[in-house]
Amino acid sequence: MTVAIETTAPSRGRRLATWLHARPRLQLALLLGLPLGFFVVFYLGSLIVLFLNAFWEADPFSGKITPAFSLDAFVTLVTVDVYRVIALRTVGMALLVTLTCIVIGFPVAYYMARIAAPRTRRLLLVAILMPLWASYLVKIYTWHTMLGGNGFIDWLLEPIGLGSPGLTSLVSSWIVFTYLWLPYMVLPIHTGLERIPSSLLEASADLGARSGRTFRRVVIPLILPSIAAGSIFTFSLTLGDYITPDLISNTLFIGNVIYINSSLGNLPLAAAYSMLPVLIMGGYLFIVRRLGAFEAL
Amino acid sequence: MTESLLTRLVLRLATAGVLVFIYTPLVLVAVYAFNPTIAQTWPPEGFTTEWFVTAFRNPDVLDAFWSSIIAAAFATAVALVLGTLASLAVQRFAFFGRETVSLLLLLPIALPGVVTGIALSATFQTLDVRFSLATVVLGHATFCVVIAYNNVLARLRRTPRSFEEASADLGADTWKTFRWITVPALRTALLAGGLLAFALSFDEVIVTNFTAGPATETIPLFIFRSIQRPNQLPVVNVVALVLVLLSVIPVYLAQRISEDAAGVAR
Repeated sequence: MTVAIETTAPSRGRRLATWLHARPRLQLALLLGLPLGFFVVFYLGSLIVLFLNAFWEADPFSGKITPAFSLDAFVTLVTVDVYRVIALRTVGMALLVTLTCIVIGFPVAYYMARIAAPRTRRLLLVAILMPLWASYLVKIYTWHTMLGGNGFIDWLLEPIGLGSPGLTSLVSSWIVFTYLWLPYMVLPIHTGLERIPSSLLEASADLGARSGRTFRRVVIPLILPSIAAGSIFTFSLTLGDYITPDLISNTLFIGNVIYINSSLGNLPLAAAYSMLPVLIMGGYLFIVRRLGAFEAL
Repeated sequence: MTESLLTRLVLRLATAGVLVFIYTPLVLVAVYAFNPTIAQTWPPEGFTTEWFVTAFRNPDVLDAFWSSIIAAAFATAVALVLGTLASLAVQRFAFFGRETVSLLLLLPIALPGVVTGIALSATFQTLDVRFSLATVVLGHATFCVVIAYNNVLARLRRTPRSFEEASADLGADTWKTFRWITVPALRTALLAGGLLAFALSFDEVIVTNFTAGPATETIPLFIFRSIQRPNQLPVVNVVALVLVLLSVIPVYLAQRISEDAAGVAR
């Protein structure tokens, strides 16, 4: 019996595959080239352009930017009080929103993780997750309508003699920011609580601790990294948002100053001011990393 | 630790309260869409469906929808290609700076959106690039890549290399193995990552506002610019309701994909 041996030459694709197989470095270069090129040239490049713009000169009349070294933008930011006020307002709001999300989000996460029956828990998880898919701007727009004059909030609070804070108050932004970012806090806390083994809590009870003490001494320390992880989102998202303050409070945050100056043509000032949220975020991440936030993400 | 009856009751009420807080605005979206008056006061003075006709005939709305869909489709495509390439490199090869790749890809999401926006805008302005839908797509691609990358990387880590080795042993070349083994293993991860990237791009406004220019309008930009024009509000109400209803689609699909993925793992 004879065995037919295939003698046709291997196809071009196959030869290329074999050739490539012997060159892992080239394979790596081919895989990484496109994504790395895009990010290093386009994204990092853009950040560098932004950084350089902060040190360039803007003609106060024509707005024309000349690539000559100048610290004008930074001098303006440091000497004009309003920029400091806006920065403090923004950071203060980011902290307040984060704190509010913890206070409101914790009971919900706790109920979901430790009290609700498995079926209810699944439904609640979907119910908390679902609004994240709904359009961000639709949510802001609806609050804009609700908080406006003779709107839903006025109607709701009228019987108890109160009214809506209106569309020029920071209270309104506080409510809307909390509304927008709350799920980002509930979900990590819920995950963290679910991971605490019941045996740990039983051990604490066996050793004589009442519920309150177990909560303070066992649950809170174990859940701190999750809270820190959630706070990265609530803090950073508030810090970088300029749509909500504009539409809901008609007030200026760091992002508004950046946006307005970039569209008015004072790019150096916008660029210099945009260093601030980057630095603040860097500092914030440094702090929460020590709380173990990155492990809980 | 067992919570007292009172604690349970308080937690239950708090949860119910938060659900009311979360869902009231979303329910009101549906009510406002049928509000006949231009002033958006509460309670509405009547019921009408005429604004739906107006909205669906409004060329600005239709153009904005198309722009959003096209931008999201292209951004997703770029994200899937770049994200998959990067995840294959990181998972299959050991090289200098491997840890930095994840960090680099995460940067557009980690940095406040306004910083990404102004950086891209400054670059386009400095290089004299005209703002268009293409610049919007480039901007969206920056923060969509990491979504695809994370999804595919997680899947690659869970998929045994032995499948691909078996394929090679059976005589398949790199391309055949990729086509018949790697891609099917990644299918649901690509779907899930693509879905999330699409939704993220479709909804984005903070970066978009910097990279769109006055002639380009996506749906979120349409809403943003219309809020200042009271006559437009009834149309915005309808668009808002449509968007809330559309958001059910990704939730449903995500559920299906995760069931599918669980099926594969089993």
